[in-house]
Amino acid sequence: MGKPLRIKRGLNLNLSGAAARPAGIAAIPMAEPETIALVPDDFTGMTPKMDVREGDRVECGTALWHDKECAEIKVTSPVAGTVKSVVRGERRKVLAVEITPDKGGIAKCAPGNAVGDAEGFKAALMAQGVWVQMRQLPFDTVPAPTGVPRDVFVTAWDAAPLAPDMALAVEGKTGMLEKGVAALKKLTTGEVYVGRAAGSGIADIAGAVMVDVEGGFPASLPSVLAANLKPVNKGETVWLMDAITLARIGQVASGEGVDWTAPVAVTGSEVTNPHYVIAPAGASIKSLIADGLKKQGHERVISGNVFTGVNVGADGYLRYPYTQVTVIPEGDDVDEFMGWASMSPGKMSESRSFPGHFLKNKLFRPDARLNGGRRAMILSGQYARYIPMDIMPEHLVKAILARDIDRMEALGIYEVTPGDFAAAEYADASKLELQRIVREGLDYLRKETI
Amino acid sequence: MMDRLRPSFEEGGKLHAFKSVYDGMDTFLFTPSETSKSGVHIHDSIDSKRVMIIVVLALLPCMLFGMYNTGYQHWLACGAKEFPFWELMAYGFLAVLPRIVVAYVVGLGIEFCVAQLRGEEIQEGFLVTGFLIPLICPVETPLWMIAVATAFSVIFVKEVFGGTGYNVFNVALVTRAFLFFAYPSQMSGDNVFVATKPILGLGGTAPDGFTGATPLGQIATADLASGAGVTPIGLDGVAIDSWQSFLGLIPGSFGETSTLCILIGAVILLATGMASWKIMVSAVAGGLAMGAIAHACATPLYPMSFVSPLDQLMLGGFAFAVVFMATDPVTAARTETGKWIYGFLVGAIAILIRTYNNGYPEGAMLAVLLMNALAPLIDYCVVEANVARRRRRARVLTD
Repeated sequence: MGKPLRIKRGLNLNLSGAAARPAGIAAIPMAEPETIALVPDDFTGMTPKMDVREGDRVECGTALWHDKECAEIKVTSPVAGTVKSVVRGERRKVLAVEITPDKGGIAKCAPGNAVGDAEGFKAALMAQGVWVQMRQLPFDTVPAPTGVPRDVFVTAWDAAPLAPDMALAVEGKTGMLEKGVAALKKLTTGEVYVGRAAGSGIADIAGAVMVDVEGGFPASLPSVLAANLKPVNKGETVWLMDAITLARIGQVASGEGVDWTAPVAVTGSEVTNPHYVIAPAGASIKSLIADGLKKQGHERVISGNVFTGVNVGADGYLRYPYTQVTVIPEGDDVDEFMGWASMSPGKMSESRSFPGHFLKNKLFRPDARLNGGRRAMILSGQYARYIPMDIMPEHLVKAILARDIDRMEALGIYEVTPGDFAAAEYADASKLELQRIVREGLDYLRKETI
Repeated sequence: MMDRLRPSFEEGGKLHAFKSVYDGMDTFLFTPSETSKSGVHIHDSIDSKRVMIIVVLALLPCMLFGMYNTGYQHWLACGAKEFPFWELMAYGFLAVLPRIVVAYVVGLGIEFCVAQLRGEEIQEGFLVTGFLIPLICPVETPLWMIAVATAFSVIFVKEVFGGTGYNVFNVALVTRAFLFFAYPSQMSGDNVFVATKPILGLGGTAPDGFTGATPLGQIATADLASGAGVTPIGLDGVAIDSWQSFLGLIPGSFGETSTLCILIGAVILLATGMASWKIMVSAVAGGLAMGAIAHACATPLYPMSFVSPLDQLMLGGFAFAVVFMATDPVTAARTETGKWIYGFLVGAIAILIRTYNNGYPEGAMLAVLLMNALAPLIDYCVVEANVARRRRRARVLTD
């Protein structure tokens, strides 16, 4: 039994193209990507210094790059293979490291030694590339190496539209999760909280405080769990992660090799056959979409969900931290006459002025259009309805736009991640880019205060 | 067609000076095909155009009733005994049409110039404002006054603050306030609320010396010492009871006489979730409370205090102000707790001004404008409470 937590503010969207849940992880086929890629930009807070060059041979667990500020923090290869290329952009910025995996299947990393004390454990996390899978509040970045977390918040479910069932990813791994919790408790002064969907099949994890959460997105985000259980104050640090990372931490702690594969849900209205597939981190999208796309017009291929995911295109790669691919229509080829006056039931909306709002069982097929022009904030109280935290989102966003650090701190910027604003960004009639605004605000604050 | 025309509006095209209008028309006719570049990949179908159009829809019953009532009051003024429906409607339509046209032409003209200067597409904010202005003005307001007042408020209340969404005061209400304070002799008294002349051969001419005072005007100037009551008299010489002031067949500003039609509008706004029910409910509560206090301490010095609290709500522009003006999300309080306080004060102050200031029998306009000015202060207090809670939490931990 976990501690119940009912979150009223949030969003449950019914989109078409859900992947049917297989009976168990054994029933899911394995993808065989011809290329995988890791993207430095996904690891916010790190300045990458490359450790590999084109043509280098890498094993599972070999460092690809390390952090310029703290050389111990590494991003490692999830597969054994050869570095195909280091893709660089303007001013030689590294955009991605592409690796061609060895033929004959993706293997787990080689086992090492079990780690005893806290320092040794911390070093192992950093060296094996698991440290960078965690995030910290404040700032929603890779945890600072010196910080001691007040608490650790883990999420074992995903409330985003069409999200994969995380219970599959941790199936049979309760032991690893428990080892992960035990190890993390050496690093934190507080508790390890694990949020799971109320009624999900995830077993209690010994040593952790289990929380049974009910609610729509963003209720599944660990930052929301933190805000509702023990909000972060100025000067405090907490760590955030998902259960897949927690299991990998358990693997590091017990000396078992880290398993970089996970079940990935390939979803969305434009996918011919939505399904699950097991793939390593960074797998190419092409290798995941088995039966291809419906090709009904332009489409948008998203690594992740429609709220927080990244638009990577059909030639892209699975990006950190997602285990989901969503393909939706792009919509830039649609001419819609007077859409604002439409009473079509196909229009998805949280507003009661659309008939679609009342069709609770209908599966919608939205495209990527903004459905309106950008405006100043006109309607009031809209954001708060989708952000289940004790903050004043409208005022926080204004403080961020004004780059007013004192006000941002006073209004609780240390408690938020950009993802917390995703549902509000979806519903916003003024179409403001809330996640980008919050991300820029966090980066600005970090630059000014550290 | 819009796509074909696009090149002539781009930089260097022949019609570049009208790009903001082109963009405005294009997005009005066709949902913009712009797709999301960052953040969420899907967006809700709602946009500000939809919001504005629903408010206009909610105002339609008031507009239609206003047309009928204008005709009806005119027929009454001319001493008619029969009231042909379509002629009444046609008369009212012809009376209000020039005012709507003037408000839109002046307001949209200014918006167009500003949008072009700023290089933005023309926005839809004035859609509602331009519809509201004729509704809250007396029917006999000279057109040039509407033009001057609209220009003043669009420029100085909206555009100088940055345009739609940035204004502190409700633009339509400032238009009305500007008229009231700039042309007090023409805008108050007994001669502007009822149309007295025929339009395009429709209607007749009211007798010389005709006066059509609004019920509020009559009550405010009632001479209680002579033994007269506070019950206002309609143009037909019959006393106006609560039912009539609810229906709205009484003299008053064009679209705000019928509490019934305003209620229909309120239902539309609340059902679609476009206006805050908290503001409406608390404003009515505030009005009733202040009305009850005034009624309990009724004194002949202030004849309005003899009116029952319920009648107070139905007379004059109170209901209209509560439903359509106080709930303007841009100028009202933006925090949820703030909305309760804001609404209550709007209602209470409206009745307070109306009752205890005989010089100005309608307080709703001033109450809303005053609370527009105070709304940021209310929000500040609510936000500070949140900030204080956060500080307290941090302090408990450090102690």
